[in-house]
Amino acid sequence: MSGLSGATTVDGARHTVDVRRLFRDRPIIPLIFLLIGLVVVLELLRPGIVNERWISNIIRAAVPLAILAGAQTLTMLTGGIDLSVGIVATMTAFVMATQIAYMDPVLAIPLALAVAALVGLANGIGVGIFRVHPLIMTLAVGLVVEGLLLVYQRLVLGGSMKLPEAITWLGTGRSFGNIPNSLLLFIPLAILIWLLLRQTGFGRLLYAIGDNEGATRLSGVRYWQVIIVLYILSALLAGIGGLVYIGLVKANTLSLAVPLVLPSVAAAVIGGTSIYGGRGGYSGTIVGALILQVITTLLLVLQVPEGTRRIIFGLIILGVTAAYTRITEER
Amino acid sequence: MSTVTPTANGFGSSSIGASASRFARRNAWVLALWGLLGLLLVFTIVIKPGWGAPQLTILAIAALPYAFATAAQTMAVLVGGIDLSVAAMMTFTSVTAAVLMEGQSEEFGVVAVALILLMGLGLGAINGLSIVLTRVPDIVVTLAFFFIWEGAALMVLDSPGGSAAVWLRELIIGPVGGFVVPTEIGQWLPKALLLLVVALGAVWIPVKRSRVGLSIYAVGSDKLAAFRSGVPVNRTRIVAYALTGLFAAMGGLVLTMNTGIGTPIQGPYLLASVAAVVLGGVSLAGGKGGLVGPIVGVFILRLARQDLTLMSIDPNVAQVTEGLIMVGVVLIGALVAMRSRS
Amino acid sequence: MLEASDVVKTYGAVKALQGASLSVRRGEVHALLGANGAGKSTLVKILTGAIRPDSGHIVVRGEPRTVHSPAEARRAGLVSVYQEPALIPDLDVISNLRMTQTPTDAFMHWVGELGMERLDPYEMVRDLPLAVLRIMDLARALAFEPDVVLLDEMTAALPADLAEHVLEVVGRQRETGRSVIFISHRLLEVKALCDRATVLRDGETVGVVEMGPTAEEEIVELMLGASTEDEIAVHERVVGTPAAGTARDEGTETAEEETARRPRLAMRDLASGTRLKDVTFELYPGEVLGLVALEGQGQDELFDILSGAAKPSGGSLQVEGQDVRFGHPADAIAAGLVYVPGDRAEALLMQRSVRENIALPTSAPVRRWGPIRMATEQSVVQRAIEKLQIDTRAQGEVRRLSGGNQQKVTIARWIAEGVETLLCFDPTRGIDIRTKRQIYHLLRELADGGAAVLLYTSELEEVQLACDRVVVIFNGSVVAQMDAAIADEPRLMRAAYGLDPIESDEAAPAPSLPGTGVAS
Repeated sequence: MSGLSGATTVDGARHTVDVRRLFRDRPIIPLIFLLIGLVVVLELLRPGIVNERWISNIIRAAVPLAILAGAQTLTMLTGGIDLSVGIVATMTAFVMATQIAYMDPVLAIPLALAVAALVGLANGIGVGIFRVHPLIMTLAVGLVVEGLLLVYQRLVLGGSMKLPEAITWLGTGRSFGNIPNSLLLFIPLAILIWLLLRQTGFGRLLYAIGDNEGATRLSGVRYWQVIIVLYILSALLAGIGGLVYIGLVKANTLSLAVPLVLPSVAAAVIGGTSIYGGRGGYSGTIVGALILQVITTLLLVLQVPEGTRRIIFGLIILGVTAAYTRITEER
Repeated sequence: MSTVTPTANGFGSSSIGASASRFARRNAWVLALWGLLGLLLVFTIVIKPGWGAPQLTILAIAALPYAFATAAQTMAVLVGGIDLSVAAMMTFTSVTAAVLMEGQSEEFGVVAVALILLMGLGLGAINGLSIVLTRVPDIVVTLAFFFIWEGAALMVLDSPGGSAAVWLRELIIGPVGGFVVPTEIGQWLPKALLLLVVALGAVWIPVKRSRVGLSIYAVGSDKLAAFRSGVPVNRTRIVAYALTGLFAAMGGLVLTMNTGIGTPIQGPYLLASVAAVVLGGVSLAGGKGGLVGPIVGVFILRLARQDLTLMSIDPNVAQVTEGLIMVGVVLIGALVAMRSRS
Repeated sequence: MLEASDVVKTYGAVKALQGASLSVRRGEVHALLGANGAGKSTLVKILTGAIRPDSGHIVVRGEPRTVHSPAEARRAGLVSVYQEPALIPDLDVISNLRMTQTPTDAFMHWVGELGMERLDPYEMVRDLPLAVLRIMDLARALAFEPDVVLLDEMTAALPADLAEHVLEVVGRQRETGRSVIFISHRLLEVKALCDRATVLRDGETVGVVEMGPTAEEEIVELMLGASTEDEIAVHERVVGTPAAGTARDEGTETAEEETARRPRLAMRDLASGTRLKDVTFELYPGEVLGLVALEGQGQDELFDILSGAAKPSGGSLQVEGQDVRFGHPADAIAAGLVYVPGDRAEALLMQRSVRENIALPTSAPVRRWGPIRMATEQSVVQRAIEKLQIDTRAQGEVRRLSGGNQQKVTIARWIAEGVETLLCFDPTRGIDIRTKRQIYHLLRELADGGAAVLLYTSELEEVQLACDRVVVIFNGSVVAQMDAAIADEPRLMRAAYGLDPIESDEAAPAPSLPGTGVAS
């Protein structure tokens, strides 16, 4: 009898309440509206720009970012973060590209991914067993990997660097008119990630740890086990993202994917994943990545100078997350 | 307010011994850092017997921007947050200073410095206000400002340019010499180091003991308890971020002083600032630690880097080693923290 | 002095308060009562400025006031002492005082009055025990010389002797014209201490009771809004069949009964840290064993060991006759020991749904990290919810539930998979009477089903209401074991203080019971 029942009063009041609740529980809906809104604005500014080709370009460019942002989403759910995704992506691509000279792509790609997994293991051990703050650990590991990569580059200097056909097909190519080939990889991958989060015990544990690690311990969860697997997964995703990215960019520089790190965090945050952990999901992140791509295009079209572009990018991140916080908060 | 005096309750003011042991216990980490720095200095002299005052000066000048970046980060971390835009603020203030001082008289340099310091306070306050008003987590807000301040710097200067007053540049070059202190000591004391200590001390020492300083620690330690104790939580956070901006502005000025121009490209100070803060024994959760530890940490890291160069190690390998050192430090620190917690 | 009327506060669809009111006279000790979820904490937050009401008037000393922060509240003459101490852990005592501009002399005076003898002002707050912090919080509040002091469950975490001092001091505030708002679930204390009581239910004030001989019944009736049946039942023992006990009475035993007699859990000389010295007792399947102890007698350490969160420094532990050493709660769970902490915040995933909370232990072992069988999980969870009568929107966030329901969720997660040995640490602290009874019934049911239940409680009357036997711990050792039938409060209290239970009435004066001010 006592207790708070959900009884509401006037019909009008209930209606508004329900709409807000909808936004809160399914945050992806306002995000999709935002995305569509941005595309509309773009079309208004530059009529005719939005066509199949353009959409295909946007998606193609967004896929690597979305994969990296996926890694970020997973770690952020536990209240962590992985700042090494950029360098791991770069490293994986680089190792693959250089090892191609010595071995079949069928071997080179798994080799490169195996190295990525090792980095993930290092991150996982630091965060899971030594309890180092993920920001610090992944930052430091990233630095070390960057240095190792430079050393490695010296060693293979002189060796040739080639991109296997499969990779460029994946990264740059299109089929059936305008559908990017990377979607062939990305859609199953995204579904897997989504299933992992929603329908597996492991996914549940990610949310649980992010919400209240102590409670998970009392329920018998061994933190280090989950964390190590998590950061290995994150590194693998980063590696895959790197492979797709190099297929898109086709340049082999050592700062290939590093500029994608902060945008990967931004995409996850805009997509509704809380940086504190315990709430969020991948579908939002994907939309977030798309939004970021569209914004970048928007700014290019407006021929906004570099400086102003950066400012606007930052303001948008701020604005979207502020709006999102306002909607989901209970005050 | 009256001081604590013995009452019939039976407690009394502490003895010197008790105070000393308490001090040692509370500052164990920082004391260990000083020890480590000392060891490193010894090591340096061993591998390079000629190492002396000139090298010390070079070290100090190189460490200066890192030190201010770290001081800035410490302010944000103490209040329980973090500031990812520290390096961007440094860049922004640096190019603004360079542009301000271009073609102006030497005397104007004083005005420029004052303006830039105010600007730093302002930038930081904007960061803080945004965090408080939007209620978005600080990492995300300062991430946004990472781009905003970086873009602003590009708007001021899209390529390296501007200039700096000569007296300003000379402020960090060379040792103190015979100025105020006897030359024998003075030649060992780099002006850069003196500037660092004075600049940081002039701000931090009065703040730390004041109610504002206590409030910063309080909010970082337990925001809810602070609120319930009547501490103005939001105002305190804004102040802490303003201090972050102030120290970042000092760092920006130092960048301009060093190179004589402004460069709108962010330096590697963000990562280094966070690492030094951790090394310095400041808890990332906030409320614990001070400014001395992280600064000593900066010098340890810079000296270690210098040692690697002195040992003629390949710069790439040096970077790997630097990274591994940071990883090692951080792992040990985490172990120690775990041990003390259980 | 203080008058709040028609206060309304709504959170989205949830009406936390719909017309609550409170009127406190000058120099009065006024209780604020109500079940969890009735709106007490919301009203308190509004009075102290932590949140803003949607509507309503608050008048202090004749002047309307809107307060937006505890600092403003203090200026208006209202100071609160919360359940969680508002002291900064990483600062020492002296810094805490300086930061809030507390007059040190006054503070020290009150600290002494409240019965705390030694206080090192340079001690880090984080190193001090909870009871000390609560006393300091109160001392600090009084040092500001407020017009109104609000105490939220002041005696909850205090050992009996300190609680006594506190109640005494609080009572004396009347003499200085200071008003006190006293929030508590301990009706005995309320009856002894307060002049009047305002009762909240479902967000409104349902009555103001003058303290008299019938006050207790009036209050309970107002709080429950229920019939007389429930009223009587409140103080009635939860009846069940203590399997172990009856078997012992009879001369002959069947083989079944003999196995039932083997202890589920046995410990010998268990020690840990400085507070747990040598605890020895057994827990049998089918019984609810109460554990009683004053604050800090080693019970926290004991439960940490049993739940697998900590390792003992000495002694041995056996489950079903086998020696065990737990390195992690997962080990304890594997051995059948499941733990319900007293602090709900410790055990719950506040942002996640009820279902996820209940299903959490299921996903813990690595072999269960794979795909979840949703339909099976749904039915298991549903069964647990029904069993515990959790009032729930099972998809919503757990933090939206009332305290009592949240506590039920922490128990439900173990029920879902079947319980062998249940360890409960003060599960009914700060929970309304109705839910408490539901929990007692549940524990009894579990025991009847063969589970072994260990129930630590800080409310002595619970022993006779819910337990079969009781063990008393004092100073890190077991000082008494007895059947619940003879474990009345005076006897328990004596044992808890470490006094020899065989004392006759003419022996040394027994300590008075907290809240009654009467020597037993």
